[in-house]
Amino acid sequence: MMKTSFPAYRPLALAVLCAAALALVPLIGPRAVVQDLFGILCLLVLALNWNMLAGFAGLVSVGQQAFVGIGAYTMFAAVILFGLDPLAGVLLGGLVAMALAVPVACFVFRLNGAYFAIGTWVAAEIARLGLGQWKALGGGTGTSLPKGTTRDMLGVGPVKEWLGVSSAAASDILLYWLALGLVLVTLGVSWAFLRSRMGLGLQAIRDNAMAARAVGVDPVRLKALVFLLTAFGTGLCGGLLFIQITRITPDAAFSLLDWTAFVLFVVVIGGIGTLPGPIVGVVVFYALERLLSDYGSAYLIVLGLFGIAVMLFARRGLWGSLSGRTGLELLPLGHRAPASASAVRP
Amino acid sequence: MALLSLRSVSKSFGALKVTDDVSFDLQPGEALGIIGPNGAGKSTLFNLITGNLRPDAGQILLDGRDVSADSVMARCAAGIGRSFQIPQPFGHLSVYENLLVAARFGGGLAAAEAPEFCMDILRRTGLAGVADSPAGGLPLLSRKRLELARAMATRPRVLLLDEIAGGLTDAECVELVATIRAIHAEGTAIVWIEHVLHALNSVVNRLIVLNFGRLLMVGDVKTVMNSAEVREIYLGAEV
Ligand SMILES: Nc1ncnc2c1ncn2[C@@H]1O[C@H](COP(=O)(O)OP(=O)(O)OP(=O)(O)O)[C@@H](O)[C@H]1O
Ligand SMILES: [Mg+2]
Repeated sequence: MMKTSFPAYRPLALAVLCAAALALVPLIGPRAVVQDLFGILCLLVLALNWNMLAGFAGLVSVGQQAFVGIGAYTMFAAVILFGLDPLAGVLLGGLVAMALAVPVACFVFRLNGAYFAIGTWVAAEIARLGLGQWKALGGGTGTSLPKGTTRDMLGVGPVKEWLGVSSAAASDILLYWLALGLVLVTLGVSWAFLRSRMGLGLQAIRDNAMAARAVGVDPVRLKALVFLLTAFGTGLCGGLLFIQITRITPDAAFSLLDWTAFVLFVVVIGGIGTLPGPIVGVVVFYALERLLSDYGSAYLIVLGLFGIAVMLFARRGLWGSLSGRTGLELLPLGHRAPASASAVRP
Repeated sequence: MALLSLRSVSKSFGALKVTDDVSFDLQPGEALGIIGPNGAGKSTLFNLITGNLRPDAGQILLDGRDVSADSVMARCAAGIGRSFQIPQPFGHLSVYENLLVAARFGGGLAAAEAPEFCMDILRRTGLAGVADSPAGGLPLLSRKRLELARAMATRPRVLLLDEIAGGLTDAECVELVATIRAIHAEGTAIVWIEHVLHALNSVVNRLIVLNFGRLLMVGDVKTVMNSAEVREIYLGAEV
């Protein structure tokens, strides 16, 4: 099968167009839509990170909520204990998540397959129970951001003045834009990483780990790098999410359902191990959520059934199947041989 | 100084002694053949040299330095390249990308130099025409060539070839031998495990005979091939 790919500028143009359209939403859309889409964009950030981890590095973690929670708690600590701006707290959240990913990696990298997955979940539970002991941040019952935190947040003032909206709306809009920015940066960094030497090594490991080692690729090193980088991205996202949520409890910050199960669903239905997969997945997820929001818990059942159907009938996910069938490639990761030599085809 | 030395290397799988007190030296630029019946422990010897297996006893020296504790990756970077008896391509990557990985990691080449370097090897191994094809779909001959080409891309000082001529037609074999001779002529040392003796003997200067994990004999091609013991082992084979 021949793979056809758009000329490089086409997906870029498409991405710029989509990003621009999304960036304009707060100027015309109602606040509820902005808040909704903020959640969806954050879900996409988590999905992009989890896809790098499970789809490309083969590290099927079900404990990424650990880093969402750590990012969120760090942000709260930064604001409540150190009086920092919440956005500085978000950045710190990413860094602390990455730092704590080091000991977590030392533990879970000793495990393989299902044991690795269980190990990551155990690590997340330990983090949840541990932070539940932190009395200064409300212990097991949690706490809220001090009143006015988001109103005084860096950047809210200018947005408010520029758009002539309330402080609350301005903070929603700012958070929305930050989430959109985080999506674009995550996507860009992922693409660059996968196209780099290290990404090539990862793809080789995915195909044949023994042969990869034989040509000098160190699987543990590359996987550890991806684990740390995705912990950073996931931690950032956790911090950002809880500025908008404004209230934190260990159960909410370390929710397996919200920060891992939904993320897994999005990646698997979209197409694990493909870059556009999570984007397709999140669009479908959003559509299903809207359609089914009136049906309460039946919504989760339908979601689950849909996921099972995709896994049975489109094993590579919606994007993977589409791309396999049509040969269409957005964001291609391949390296083509220099033109001089590939004139003759088999 | 010898490029590669094995000193009393032994390895057992349970009660089965697969490598039994094996010692030999490989000089820089030398071409050495390893022969022996199926199950003699030839591939195991390669796995010990590359670090896929750890010896129970003995040392493996590269440039006189003990590398027995080094990882597979470190030994690759230090100049040991290998082809697998059963081809192990990166199936979803293109043929060109298979080499690119090897050149960028084991070969230590920069992004700017690697592409032309890889294309050069692809041309020499007759794979340039399928450079952009997925490696998983290649027929046997091309897979064997890819094993050789990918090992070359790690810029080895010693190239370990495991039955790379097995299963090829005579014409294909002749081509492959020409390529291997050319690589050797450029100064790369070669250790070649092969059952196709005429191909092997047209390249190597010296032969090692392994039997039941033991080093039965080392010597120049003629002496080894004429020895009674080897004739016995290869009775009826194409000696
Ligand atoms: N990982 C392993 N565990 C247990 N036994 C093994 C293992 N690898 C090889 N063996 C056994 O060790 C012996 C030597 O195997 P090896 O692959 O080194 O033989 P060989 O000389 O390369 O044979 P061939 O010519 O068939 O390739 C065989 O009996 C094989 O079954
Ligand atoms: Mg063998």
